[in-house]
Amino acid sequence: MPPALQATGITKRFPGVLANDHVDFDLQSGEIHGLLGENGAGKSTLMNILYGLYQPDEGTISIVGTPTRFSSPHDAIAQGIGMVHQHFMLVPPLTVTENIILGQESLQPATQFLGQLSALDRRSAAQRIRELSHQYRLDVDPDAHVKDLPVGAQQRVEIVKALYRRAEILILDEPTAVLTPQEADELFVIMRELVKQGKSIVFITHKLREMFAVTDRISVMRGGKMVGTTTPKQATSEMLAEMMVGRQVILQIDKQAAQPGDVILRVGNLQVQDDRHATTVHDVSFEVRAGEILGIAGVQGNGQRELVEALTGLRPVSGGHVALLDHDTTHATPRQITEFGTGHVPEDRHKHGLVLTFPVRDNLVLCTYYESPFARGVEIDEAHIENEAQKLVKEFDIRTPSTGTLVGSLSGGNQQKVIVARELDRPVKLLIVNQPTRGLDVGSIEFIHRRIVEARDRHTAVLLVSAELDEIMSLSDRIAVMYKGRILDTLNAPDATREQLGLLMAGVKGGAHV
Amino acid sequence: MAVLANKQRAIKISSRQILNAVFIGIGAVAVFLVFDAIIGGKCDSKCVIGTLNQAIRYAAPVALAAYCGLMCERAAVINIGIEGMMLTAAMVGYGVNVYAFTWLKAGGMDPALAGDASRWLSLLLAIAASGLMALLHGVVSIRFKADQIISGTVINILALGITGYFYRQYLAQDIPPGPGTFAPFDIPLLAQIPILGPIVFQGQKPIVYFMMIVTLLIHYVLFFTPWGLRTRAVGENPRAADTLGINVFRVRYINVLLGGALAGFAGAWFTLEAVDVFNPQMTNGLGFIGLAAMIFGNWSPFGALAGALIFGLGNTITTTISIFRPDIPSQIPQMLPYVLTILVLTGFVGRAIPPAADGQPYEKQ
Repeated sequence: MPPALQATGITKRFPGVLANDHVDFDLQSGEIHGLLGENGAGKSTLMNILYGLYQPDEGTISIVGTPTRFSSPHDAIAQGIGMVHQHFMLVPPLTVTENIILGQESLQPATQFLGQLSALDRRSAAQRIRELSHQYRLDVDPDAHVKDLPVGAQQRVEIVKALYRRAEILILDEPTAVLTPQEADELFVIMRELVKQGKSIVFITHKLREMFAVTDRISVMRGGKMVGTTTPKQATSEMLAEMMVGRQVILQIDKQAAQPGDVILRVGNLQVQDDRHATTVHDVSFEVRAGEILGIAGVQGNGQRELVEALTGLRPVSGGHVALLDHDTTHATPRQITEFGTGHVPEDRHKHGLVLTFPVRDNLVLCTYYESPFARGVEIDEAHIENEAQKLVKEFDIRTPSTGTLVGSLSGGNQQKVIVARELDRPVKLLIVNQPTRGLDVGSIEFIHRRIVEARDRHTAVLLVSAELDEIMSLSDRIAVMYKGRILDTLNAPDATREQLGLLMAGVKGGAHV
Repeated sequence: MAVLANKQRAIKISSRQILNAVFIGIGAVAVFLVFDAIIGGKCDSKCVIGTLNQAIRYAAPVALAAYCGLMCERAAVINIGIEGMMLTAAMVGYGVNVYAFTWLKAGGMDPALAGDASRWLSLLLAIAASGLMALLHGVVSIRFKADQIISGTVINILALGITGYFYRQYLAQDIPPGPGTFAPFDIPLLAQIPILGPIVFQGQKPIVYFMMIVTLLIHYVLFFTPWGLRTRAVGENPRAADTLGINVFRVRYINVLLGGALAGFAGAWFTLEAVDVFNPQMTNGLGFIGLAAMIFGNWSPFGALAGALIFGLGNTITTTISIFRPDIPSQIPQMLPYVLTILVLTGFVGRAIPPAADGQPYEKQ
């Protein structure tokens, strides 16, 4: 039997980039085929071609042995391909039914002659959604509004949306990025159920663990090329990582036990509000000592951003206190906090970490440009800044054509290195890092992780906030879990298990939901 | 659990709506009492019915302008050029009416027939003119992704220039006698309903009745048809619509053009229904008041109609006051509808939520 989907010799050029270089990919009927690769490896380009969003410059696509061409997603949908995008393609104010039928509306038979102005038949659509939901054990409520649903449920809506269009092939693009480990496990159960009932799935991820958990075959892409295909039985994590990066990678961070010193950061009963004046940080208290890494785990959007912004002076504190060494910094300005010895690697490097339209060298002195030796009175000393930049570029392995290159034109990994270099070059006593490796390649992740551990070993107190559980577990000495703005529990990292942390992230403590 | 939460939310929203309705009711009664006192207790039941009937008449252009804004913004195209589209339609309506009538009569047509023909022809061309302006707005803001506020402002300024030119050149003096505006008529049967009949279905002209029908029509199209679903999806999350094979640009163009047609009706109301003259200031900001009514109505047709009716009522009362009380400087009552609009907008409306993608040009990936 021919494969459900076969792509041969796919080539796609964008101005200046060869995004896909003669890529071959096939999906057997009834299998889960994992596709692994770093950002920019060409996975998304390949999937967008298979979904009709891009047209390939060369190569052919066949569905069950029949060559075909997609000029838009419409064609791909008609051929039975469904895609669940990494950022959900849902319309929040509409109901689940409306979201699912959008573009393929069922109509009241009596008014059908009116075309797009005929009346919608919501009832029969909802009925079909209930049937699908029952058949594939995808729990969705057709009448709920999407904006009221948790992410896990929104994802199920996306899957039902594809099934409603009679998709036989499902492309899941980084589906676990927004889920807790338990929700991810639930998704895997759903995926197996779908495959059992004859669907075929392409599963894209950058998490190695998930590859082993759910796939039948694994393909790895690097630099626009298909590196190879293997099975979970034959592969090891080290092998896959090497295929992804093209060289050996140390996955496990090598670090000694922490030697905690004095308390550097003391947070007591902190309350913070978000932009809409809803309190999103409730009564949070913790300490970070010199020479330890405190990891804050939690699904995104549980108050981590507001917490970090409050600690760094970017957001007003509405209750409680923050003390840095002996200084009360509850209402201090960002510059005061920086001058007390805080380094901050913000969550969004484009918005808050860098001035994208400034050159590398200026970005490297953003915290210190107004001080000697970079400033002489009101004047900037370009020569000193250039020297400093040269030094940091070498020390932190920032791959840039020159120190005058605009930071916006560097890769994500190198942009992050610019920030880390800037924040660690000063004698910081406290380092606050928020999602330090989001969207970075394995090589850069390894480098930045090593730098964070080195900072700890130099007796810096480190507060690490991350939604990646693997990152939290491999770097932290202690782990605090945030859920709905509260710290549910703080565990010692060596004793913490993935399951324990996953339950806490879902708000379950001591067997009960809080 | 989720269902329960949904129900609770539904109840919460409707209780707020009830509260709003009660406020509007109390407000309306209070306004009438004050109004009655000002004109010296002369407002009997006949006067109340007449005032409401007149209020609907004045509400029509505002409501139609609001529907224009609504059609555009539901598809995420902000249109502040409604005023200009209306002004153009008003000018074209008047000019075509007068000159078509003259030519038809000169061609030997029966004057009554020529009057009807030229009125309907001028309505059609007024709509077309407004539609042309809307097409310009669409091309600039959808195709060329320009800032929609600037595009709308340009439409307004352009309309001032065009209408000003034609007005000075052809419509200011030595105008041939025209056929006048549309004649009022009653809707058979519906006009017989007690109270409601005399208020709503008696003595209005075609565009006002059209406004009533179009309110129902837009509500149906937006919330009960595939086209409406797609429009709302395009206004909230165009990328999601795109991934489902919906042509975002096409949806936006058609909605902007439909909006333009509605603004054409609104403009034609001035010269084909209200008065038989054209002057370059005659739309008098009603396009913008229409946008306010749209926001007041939270981007829904019935809400927008309520907003337009409040304005229409204010306008009617103003006129009556200046007739009965010439001693009050006319500028003061004339402020009333606008003050009312501001009060209503800032007052008890609550937070209006525009479509999420409103004003953002769509970039295909």
